[in-house]
Amino acid sequence: MSKTHVSTTINGDPVEFLADPGMTLLDALRDELELTGSKEGCGSGDCGACSVILDGRLVCSCLVLAPEAEGRRVETIEGLANGSRLHPLQQKFLEHAALQCGFCTPGLLMASKALLDANPDPTETEVRYWLAGNLCRCTGYDKIIRAVMDAAAELRQERV
Amino acid sequence: MSDVLDRPDIGHNADDHLKVVGTRPIRPDGADKVTGRAAYGADFNMPGQLVGKVLRSPHAHARIVSIDAKKARALPGVKAVITGADFPNLADEFHEGGEAASNLRDMAMNVIARDKALYHGHAVAAVAAISSAIADEALALINVTYEVLPHVVEVEDAMAEGAPLLHPRMFTEGLEAKPDKPSNVAKRNRIARGDLDAGFAAADVIVEGRYTTKATHQGYIEPHATVASWAADGQCNVWSSSQGQFMVRTYCAKVLGKEISDIRVTPAEIGGGFGGKTVIYLEPLALALSRESGHPVKMIMSREEVFRATGPTSGAVMHVRLGAKKDGTLTAADVELKYQAGAFPGSPVGAGSMTALACYDIPAFRITGYDVVTNTPKVAAYRAPGAPISAFAVESAMDDLALKLGIDPIALREKNAVHNGTKAAYGPTFQNIGYVETLQAIRDTEHYRTPLGPNQGRGMAVGFWFNVGGESTAAVNINEDGTAVVVTGNPDIGGSRASMAMMAAETLGIAVDKVRPMVADTASIGFSMLTGGSRTTFATGMAVVQSAEKVIAELKRRAALIWDVNVDHVMWKDGSAWCLDPAKADEKPLSLEAIAGQSARTGGPITGQTSLNAQGAGPGFAVHLCDVEIDPETGHVTVLRYSAAQDVGKAIHPAYVEGQIQGGVAQGVGWALNEEYIFDRDGHMENAGFLDYRVPVASDLPMIDAILVEVANPRHPFGAKGVGEAPIVPPLAAVANAVRRATGVRMADLPLSPPKIRAVLDAKGG
Ligand code: FES
Ligand code: FES
Repeated sequence: MSKTHVSTTINGDPVEFLADPGMTLLDALRDELELTGSKEGCGSGDCGACSVILDGRLVCSCLVLAPEAEGRRVETIEGLANGSRLHPLQQKFLEHAALQCGFCTPGLLMASKALLDANPDPTETEVRYWLAGNLCRCTGYDKIIRAVMDAAAELRQERV
Repeated sequence: MSDVLDRPDIGHNADDHLKVVGTRPIRPDGADKVTGRAAYGADFNMPGQLVGKVLRSPHAHARIVSIDAKKARALPGVKAVITGADFPNLADEFHEGGEAASNLRDMAMNVIARDKALYHGHAVAAVAAISSAIADEALALINVTYEVLPHVVEVEDAMAEGAPLLHPRMFTEGLEAKPDKPSNVAKRNRIARGDLDAGFAAADVIVEGRYTTKATHQGYIEPHATVASWAADGQCNVWSSSQGQFMVRTYCAKVLGKEISDIRVTPAEIGGGFGGKTVIYLEPLALALSRESGHPVKMIMSREEVFRATGPTSGAVMHVRLGAKKDGTLTAADVELKYQAGAFPGSPVGAGSMTALACYDIPAFRITGYDVVTNTPKVAAYRAPGAPISAFAVESAMDDLALKLGIDPIALREKNAVHNGTKAAYGPTFQNIGYVETLQAIRDTEHYRTPLGPNQGRGMAVGFWFNVGGESTAAVNINEDGTAVVVTGNPDIGGSRASMAMMAAETLGIAVDKVRPMVADTASIGFSMLTGGSRTTFATGMAVVQSAEKVIAELKRRAALIWDVNVDHVMWKDGSAWCLDPAKADEKPLSLEAIAGQSARTGGPITGQTSLNAQGAGPGFAVHLCDVEIDPETGHVTVLRYSAAQDVGKAIHPAYVEGQIQGGVAQGVGWALNEEYIFDRDGHMENAGFLDYRVPVASDLPMIDAILVEVANPRHPFGAKGVGEAPIVPPLAAVANAVRRATGVRMADLPLSPPKIRAVLDAKGG
């Protein structure tokens, strides 16, 4: 079993690693690169805890093979804040108490970022359907939806 | 549940003084959790660690004839293989963990099977290897010879004459006469009062029904994970995600036959538990693998393992019979509950029985519960264990009664409501409860008056949970700059660090951001029972407040020293000591910061620690209102609107209290509409993944209106009651009652999945 050499960009930085055959991007992030912010809740694409953005597109990193990251741009939760300044989504999640255990939070934040990148002014229904791939067992989603809507409003303000 | 309601009041603070309690500060552990830095169970590593994996039974019931691990052991990279033979055999011993008592012997045999595998997924052997791939290969090389036995999954099948017996030496406890034959019924419990026959004879109307629920899983998103190290001198370290590091320590010591002082457990952040992480699965295996291999061992469950081998809660079959006068006054109730326990005794039927009629004042009743073992995973606590199940049956029957009598369902509950001074069906006399206020809060909603459209229905249901106190330790340490650290031994699942910091800040009179809460390992703080039973804010919070009060007493003593006055002439107010000695009228107040800065000169560090066994948690009542719409084409039920009122005593951090309510509602809605364990003919769970075991997603739910009713608990410093469990009690029935009103048909078998609704609509239409 020979390993594959992978060169990719993670949160803006060039990164290289060796991937075992069959290694997922999630395993590479967590085990090879020590980026444990992305979580594994199922390993089968059903919970969204592992959500990252790959070349601008939201993916479940547990369903992406690590070598597929070759030459591409990966955004993870570790890169969401701008230095020590939290992204408005992160700030709004805190203000709205949109997390309880927090295990789903990294995935939900990345999924929400992908949504707001594509649609700066989503309706509640659009937010709910967009986030339907991200399970949260603690919150009942109410405060998450409010936090995303509020962050969207703030980001629109910033743009003006 | 052993909680005592009849405790003296301790004089809680009146609301108007409060500066911190009742506000909504950002949680102190928040930044780490939104940036991916918080370390959960699987995020911790040790140098040289091995990967541990479990071989699980492919049969629902089988005798383990032999296990041959020679080939696995010989595989390069494999460092240890263990089986049940590597663990001591324990005697029966019951341990009260905070949520429910566990038999340690059963727990040990659930961790790893001995002579029999009792469910599909039961651990049979475990390996440690240098990589995950080699560990998988090793599992495939272990040769287990099984003698497959007949199995039984459904609760009534397990109770039937001639059912395959899981434990041939188990005789039903709690019967009048000791049975002469073994049975799968571990226990029968009964709560009764009054003359049942006379009660039914006095009734003008009687409603009756048979209700069933399926096993459902807690569904925490974080799978179980641990890293364990057994050093050459026998000292053990465990990092794991659980609801209680002390629980993990006690159980590991018992299962492995070690002394408690040899084991130190460090709690990881926990990615949800809901009761499901109040027991151990991987930790003793990882420790034994570490002992055998001489390396630290990391183990993480797959989602499939979580479904097959942990949790769930009971599936149940229930009968309810209610008698009432024409005006709605209940005269009698007969409730029979049969709960699946899974492979070992210990279903939550006891709590299900005690809560079943807790909202009602009925002159004559009988509640009979059966705890029944089945070839399914041993049930674990799930949020208000047992209560949502019995509430589904009783509240469905109450709704039928309201329909039959033509009485508003809230009015019917009010007519029969328990009040302060009512002797609860389960024994104690209620005090300081806010049940009628909570009913009133729902009646007052605009929701209750809003007209419904076609294919829509509105259901309501009520629910009860005891809430518990129990043993907790907390320390408040003052830093030299006047800031404070609050140390507790309770994992923070849903924001409890925030409420601990707030209660300490309120008591000390300083800003909440001057207080840093932390959750310590088992070597760094005194014993605390696990986070469960909705006990942390109440019991551990009380320990925090008492510790802060000790700190204040010490601060006053230090101020007295500095001023050279009698300590009786020092008052603590707004975070400062005030000199009341008329002879020293010029002394300016000394702030906490000023006193802390001089602590070295006045006697050293200032700390306060409290260990207590808190009683009088104050029961919680919840009243829920739910609107649904049925799609007549597909049978799909949409929850349109949901309002949930609850007596919370006093909300320390209202946003997290609302969050507990909203989360409980979501789980209950899932239980009502979609979630269920589906077993095939061989007793294998068919839907062991989130694709087929469907928990609610964001698009399945509306906003959930959480209405906080605050009837203070005088036995808590700020009036708090437990809040985490009551909100999952009413939703099963609230949803089912809404479906009943939308379709005109009572559906008594959960979940109310689209095919079942279609069948009902078709039968009605045809
Ligand atoms: S871990 Fe990738 S979707 Fe669940
Ligand atoms: S906050 Fe726990 S799963 Fe979402």
